[in-house]
Amino acid sequence: MGEQTNVRIVEDAALTSTKDLPSQWIAVCMGTGCVSSASAEVRQALIQELERHGLSSQVEVRRTGCFGFCAAGPIVVIHPDETFYTRVTPADVKDIVEQHILANRRVERLMYRDPVTKVPIEKWYEIGFYSKQQRIVLHNCGIIDPENIDHYLAREGYQALHKVLSEMTPDQVIDEVIRSGLRGRGGGGFPTGLKWKITRQTPRWPKYVICNADEGDPGAFMDRSTLEGDPHSVIEGMIIAAYAIGARYGYIYCRAEYPLAIHRLQVALDQARQRGFLGGNIRGFDFSFDLYIKEGAGAFVCGEETALMASIQGDRGNPWPRPPYPAVSGLWGQPSNVNNVKSYAYVPHIIRLGADWFKQLGAPDNPGTAIFALTGMVNNTGLIEVPMGITLREIIYDIGGGIPDGRKFKAVQTGGPLGGCLPEAYLDTPVDFDSLCAAGAVMGSGGMIVADETTCMVEFAKYFMRFACDESCGKCPPCRIGSTRMLETLECITAGLGTLEDLDYLRYLANGMQKGSLCALGQLAPSPVMSALRHFEDEFRAHIEERRCPAGKCHALITYEIIADLCTGCMVCARNCPTNAIRGEKRQPHVIDPALCERCGLCKELCKFDAIVVR
Amino acid sequence: MTASDGDGGASAVDLSLMEPVFQKYSGQPGALIPILQKAQDIYNYLPAEVLQLIAERLGIALSKVYGVATFYAQFYLERRGKHVLKICDGTACHVKGTPALITAVEEEFNVRPGETTLDGELTLEVVYCIGSCALAPATVLDGRVMGRMRPTQLLQHLRRHVSKTSVQET
Amino acid sequence: MTVTLTINGQKVTTAEGSTILEAARSAGIYIPTLCHHPDLSNVGACRICVVEVVGARNLQTACTTPIAEGMVVYTDSEIVRATRRFVLEMLLSDHPNDCMTCEVSGDCELQDLVYDYGVKWPEHKGKRHNWEIDPDPNPFVFIDRNKCILCGRCVRACAEIQNRDVWNFAHRGFRTKLVAGADQFMLDARCESCGQCVAYCPVGALYDKMSLGKGRANQVQKVRTTCSYCGVGCNFDLNVRDGRIVRVTSAPDAPVNGMALCVKGRYGYDYVHHPDRLTAPLVRARWLQGVEEKLKGGEWQVFVPQGNGRDGGDGSDHLTVTPDTFIQTDWDTALDVVARKFAEEKRLHGSGAFGMLASAKCTNEENYLFNKFARQILGTNTIDHCARL
Repeated sequence: MGEQTNVRIVEDAALTSTKDLPSQWIAVCMGTGCVSSASAEVRQALIQELERHGLSSQVEVRRTGCFGFCAAGPIVVIHPDETFYTRVTPADVKDIVEQHILANRRVERLMYRDPVTKVPIEKWYEIGFYSKQQRIVLHNCGIIDPENIDHYLAREGYQALHKVLSEMTPDQVIDEVIRSGLRGRGGGGFPTGLKWKITRQTPRWPKYVICNADEGDPGAFMDRSTLEGDPHSVIEGMIIAAYAIGARYGYIYCRAEYPLAIHRLQVALDQARQRGFLGGNIRGFDFSFDLYIKEGAGAFVCGEETALMASIQGDRGNPWPRPPYPAVSGLWGQPSNVNNVKSYAYVPHIIRLGADWFKQLGAPDNPGTAIFALTGMVNNTGLIEVPMGITLREIIYDIGGGIPDGRKFKAVQTGGPLGGCLPEAYLDTPVDFDSLCAAGAVMGSGGMIVADETTCMVEFAKYFMRFACDESCGKCPPCRIGSTRMLETLECITAGLGTLEDLDYLRYLANGMQKGSLCALGQLAPSPVMSALRHFEDEFRAHIEERRCPAGKCHALITYEIIADLCTGCMVCARNCPTNAIRGEKRQPHVIDPALCERCGLCKELCKFDAIVVR
Repeated sequence: MTASDGDGGASAVDLSLMEPVFQKYSGQPGALIPILQKAQDIYNYLPAEVLQLIAERLGIALSKVYGVATFYAQFYLERRGKHVLKICDGTACHVKGTPALITAVEEEFNVRPGETTLDGELTLEVVYCIGSCALAPATVLDGRVMGRMRPTQLLQHLRRHVSKTSVQET
Repeated sequence: MTVTLTINGQKVTTAEGSTILEAARSAGIYIPTLCHHPDLSNVGACRICVVEVVGARNLQTACTTPIAEGMVVYTDSEIVRATRRFVLEMLLSDHPNDCMTCEVSGDCELQDLVYDYGVKWPEHKGKRHNWEIDPDPNPFVFIDRNKCILCGRCVRACAEIQNRDVWNFAHRGFRTKLVAGADQFMLDARCESCGQCVAYCPVGALYDKMSLGKGRANQVQKVRTTCSYCGVGCNFDLNVRDGRIVRVTSAPDAPVNGMALCVKGRYGYDYVHHPDRLTAPLVRARWLQGVEEKLKGGEWQVFVPQGNGRDGGDGSDHLTVTPDTFIQTDWDTALDVVARKFAEEKRLHGSGAFGMLASAKCTNEENYLFNKFARQILGTNTIDHCARL
């Protein structure tokens, strides 16, 4: 956790912390993940318990953004001790207050235990999950109250903006961002500064600054966590971008599925406006800018920048052909700069600490950090920020803690429905835009999903193709019809009706979609299938030649069977079977009728005697 | 909820509820989508009369309003069930067992994704990623996220929740 | 300002701001298109006009890509042709194999492209749309969504030319559907039956209902004519088969109206062959002399309405002639009667007895003569025109 030291002292009173915060405070994660597992109740219980002990004025209970370690949530951290408590329930609150706060005794049972040695670990930064992380964009997440601008200000917030307004010209700002080598974090990796420069140079006004927070990738929540945990960092980055390109208005396009992120953004915008960081003559300088939230309405394609702008305009989210690029002709035909949430969030750090500081982070040509939502078949799921150049193996095994229940790793998927999967042999690939691309996957916006031996790669590929079909806007035939044909072919294969020619047909369709489609959705939608076919062709062949699903996932190719020796005839499976496919007398071995069985797996899950197997 | 809600009966739509919405967005460019969102907040779906009203008040063609309302997954043109179950089929949830959850609910309630049960009790929706990937597989019943779901747990929960409400109301 | 680029090795200089398609066409280089139409905005949807631009990451649509100085473009390279073939194959894979009976066979942009690119009929196990054919009860526009390629030309024609916004796309992806209004009948969705959508449809998805089964492009003779309904002077082509008008099609080179027509011009031609249509002057028997003789000699006939049995006799030869009976005469006789009556009225009652109403169906020149006749011959200023009402 590199604490930044060379912080400039600013004369402006509003930019220094005005509030004396208690030295002892309790951070309660209020990210969407932890809220889903009842962290709001934990926070309420903590407040009440402290009140009961008359400690309300000495100990602050702070709502914070995501700690990242969602698998262990709800998370509570006691400061200044930095004690990390996991899976806290309201029932645990009494112990936390009475033992830790009052008696300074650690509540060991709530501490994270090393999965191997089972030794409890107290400090959060000693946990494997955090060991190889480097938090820049996320450096405030889990520390500050995202709904309190004073917290952000106390952590050098808006100092970069002050620096920009007071001592830099727009061109200097752009030069600094170009020199830093920052590449767009939406997945494309286009140099951010260059994009700003082109937008600035287009001699038409008004210009717009747009933040793409339409994080539609299934299995990704980096942008959501950033907005929920530290909304001001994104806002500050956008104001700086607006100053650099000469924009008066901006929009944050956020998917409506993120109500908490939208709420926190709205609070942050209101506070920033109150303090004069937004609006007319910002902080008394001759620069005005204001920012609005536009909610998405449920369309993955709106993450594509031209479709996003169509949506802001109130139209169907159909992409437009580029060129002309948004920098020349974007929102309402005006020059517009579209960047991802994380790209903007880096900007205040780059301005404050300098391009040279940023350049030395990460890998050559890929400076900085990468933020991933690490999910799927991995022990430590959650949000991570790692230096570019770290290997996939380090992420999955050192940070992610490996595969649960001793199962075998099969593949790691990055870039979501437009990305690719990589098998074991590629685990030492460094994580950066160029290396992942060369390996046949993509950096994407930051979803990283781990698949193990129980994942069927054909089914996995089919899943992504169904997603592409559902989300295709329908404007161009290669994507609209091509994705449907690819899905049908994959459905054929998983239904046990595939032929080897189908594999060639898949490749043909993929090539046509890549070459012919209008936007990135259609061009890249075949990538998950193609990478699966490249690395796991044997699994496809097993479905076709042997009519067998090696992972035991494809319904048409598996049967559920009861092992008579293990079945006690307890009737639980028969009673719960939704299609009444299980027959048998009490205390006699049962039998599953394969003609009636829907292969839902309920019986296998319910059987206490492991008597049901998949063949 | 009125008694006619469940059987899909046509209770009159109170169009006057839209007035504050039109006032709020008056003169704003690109306001169609936020107006549709607010309308859905009010009526829980987008009745045909409301689409017509929005077209008239914004001075845009009904075909455009309809095109937008059917493009985005968030909008519903049909009345929805008393309870809405969203099953997340984001990638993380998918590899951790969403398909089994969907099959279980389909079988138990005789309802397909996107449909409402005949008695108007339950609408089943399959959505791509609610961002609770770390709690995979995740479901949302009437706005409450329930993480790390197993088919049996989910069915138990639904039986309790869905049937209890209907008993209370009859 | 002009820009010079290289297309297929040929230097092309054209106006700045042009698209690759415009530049190519100005130099006589053919690039196929489907969703593009010169009258409409460009959307780059159909992907047929993709070309290779050196240095660009992907193929670009010629209809939307602005030209730039020094640009190097290939419009017919192997990758371009293969991509166009793929697009056509995808379109065919969701299209009925129906050219044999299709109304627009021989006049279909998709059929021509499929032929040009040698695309074979794709057999596959997957879905094809199966929309109801002709589901809309309107009297003029026939809809077969199974043939729709979602190019959006009808949508843009209705919005940009006719300003009615009847059509739009609903839903998305493979489920995308061309709808009128909120998926209503056309006439409930502000349609005024101008048929512009049919005129711009490149395939057989939208067609003129009155012309179904009446003759295809290679079976009809196109006769350019000027619309007789009003003085605007729209031109269009009468599609004539065996001496009968079977359809009206827009003439893109029509100087006044281009492709645009109104409901009367496009669909109001059924009177031409109507049995009730008057083709000779009728005069009441009381104004004529020597009726019996002329009838006997076969020069004149007793008028018997043909249609609907209205007002009509039984068609027998023994018709009684009363003073009110209409006699079908020749033009000279009829005009003589009119002239005689005009002169008589003027003599008995003066010029003030006349009121004249001109028709909007007449040309400017005819109306001018009409006005001259009223003022100078009849001597009345009481003259008006139906378009003023």
